[in-house]
Amino acid sequence: MNSGAQYDVAIIGAGLSGLAAGIRLAHFGKRVCIFERHNAVGGLNGFYSLGGRKYDVGLHAVTNFVPSGVKGTPLGKILRQLRIDRDEFALCPQKGSRVAFGPDGGRVLRFTNDFALLESEVASHFPREAAGFQRIARFVRESPLSGGPAGASARAFVRESISDPLLEDMLLCPLMFYGSAREDDMDLGQFAIMFRALYLEGFARPLEGVRVMMRVLLEKYREAGGERRMKCGVRSIVVRDGRAAALVLDSGEEIVASQVLSSIGITETGALMGRPPSGARTLGYVETISVLDRQPAELGWGDDTIVFFNDSDRFTYRDPVGQVDPRSGIICFPNNFEYGPGRGLAEGFFRVTCLANYESWAGLPEDGYRDCKARWFGAIQESAKRFLPRLSPEDALARATVATDMFTPTTVEKFTGHFRGAIYGAPDKNPGGTTLLSNLYLCGTDQGMLGIVGSMLSGISMANQHILRAPVAVA
Amino acid sequence: MTNEECKKAVLDIIADIAPDEDLSNVKPDVRLRDQLQLDSMDFLDIVMELRKRHGIEVPEADYTRLASLDSCAEYLTPKFNALAAKS
Repeated sequence: MNSGAQYDVAIIGAGLSGLAAGIRLAHFGKRVCIFERHNAVGGLNGFYSLGGRKYDVGLHAVTNFVPSGVKGTPLGKILRQLRIDRDEFALCPQKGSRVAFGPDGGRVLRFTNDFALLESEVASHFPREAAGFQRIARFVRESPLSGGPAGASARAFVRESISDPLLEDMLLCPLMFYGSAREDDMDLGQFAIMFRALYLEGFARPLEGVRVMMRVLLEKYREAGGERRMKCGVRSIVVRDGRAAALVLDSGEEIVASQVLSSIGITETGALMGRPPSGARTLGYVETISVLDRQPAELGWGDDTIVFFNDSDRFTYRDPVGQVDPRSGIICFPNNFEYGPGRGLAEGFFRVTCLANYESWAGLPEDGYRDCKARWFGAIQESAKRFLPRLSPEDALARATVATDMFTPTTVEKFTGHFRGAIYGAPDKNPGGTTLLSNLYLCGTDQGMLGIVGSMLSGISMANQHILRAPVAVA
Repeated sequence: MTNEECKKAVLDIIADIAPDEDLSNVKPDVRLRDQLQLDSMDFLDIVMELRKRHGIEVPEADYTRLASLDSCAEYLTPKFNALAAKS
């Protein structure tokens, strides 16, 4: 194709989608190299160590979990296509999660990896909505795994079947928190993907977190002959004749590849070609992490895996006016998965995630930033505690806490390169993955599939469709 | 190579790319995708494995010839034999 090319394919970004695409392409004998600016792989699902402890950045839970033997699912597809044995990911299912609404968290929908529980919760708490809920579930079951065409409103769709705004919000809240890049709504295709990922399928986690999955991917990539260059960011894309003619690295070195797959986002990729940011409103998050000297259950918090909470009449999913919107959020206890007898995390972890406004964090001087973090750390935890069993004594959490950490949208931007620390990328997705350049494709967050499994599926399908060219219909 | 050996070679490949499928009762005259959970991406993998393991190239225009085990054997056995004759 391109006689001067050093690589058949250059991939920008060593997150889950870039690695999955890389494995796929290397399997097929392509000369492929992944360029990553950071010194660690993982992107939005990275991991780090602090004070001798290991933390995950993004992972609360791996969604799309199905037990062995369930066919035709996203998890099954990625395992197959990447030649990964189920056991290698060592996924352990969740204990149980819930959606808790109202000032005291009194309106509850529990769900587990068995969809029947959510069905019965809806039927008993919202008896008049049970049929409508079934209609929605049927729609999702019949939707393509890739979610279908972009554009339609999930809220409008849900309202056709559900008339109680409380149930509408309670069903949408977890799906939005785990994957909507749009304010107060979701793309209908994304809704179908997320409904399947969270409710029809479910949550799981490897005992040692996302690094287990990363190790597997790196090993497969290396075995397949893929190259990887770390601390080696792409500074710009040289455009010539409607093609990505070369990549200029941070070092100034030029790389020529016949095809380029960018996992860094639509706007971020555009910026490499000198295009101004779109100005689209993206959503940022803060997360507080407390490490405890005992299991959350021993503290008196029961064994919830994830709690999605909201204290207000309606669920607001918007870029907050202030620095953080503590009215709603996600509580995650990584301890509360079925790790098996005698296995578990030695320390307790209590993570709370809320929406946060990028600009109000980004403009702060260093000491102001530190003060804001300290103030919000307490406020966010106080908000979340309302949705958990009351602890006694009152200061039991503080006493049990042995370490803390917190990230803000600026932390995410700094370590992942995603503008404004946007976890779920641009509000408008590009499911086809094509760009104005004939040999440049997108994968990852802005291509449209989300979550750990979704990201990998995104990398795989873009590699298949655009580079390996899976025929649309075969045999 | 006989047609039966060719079918076995194809089944071996499918066993590796789809370890979760039961291949003990695959009917040779029925389309593979009608009895197994195989999509177009999986067929791409079959094509790749044929190239990697056996040096057999299947051009895109011929992908439909891989529909069933019988049609695989009819299409691939002569290719296997032509390669064997060359070496």
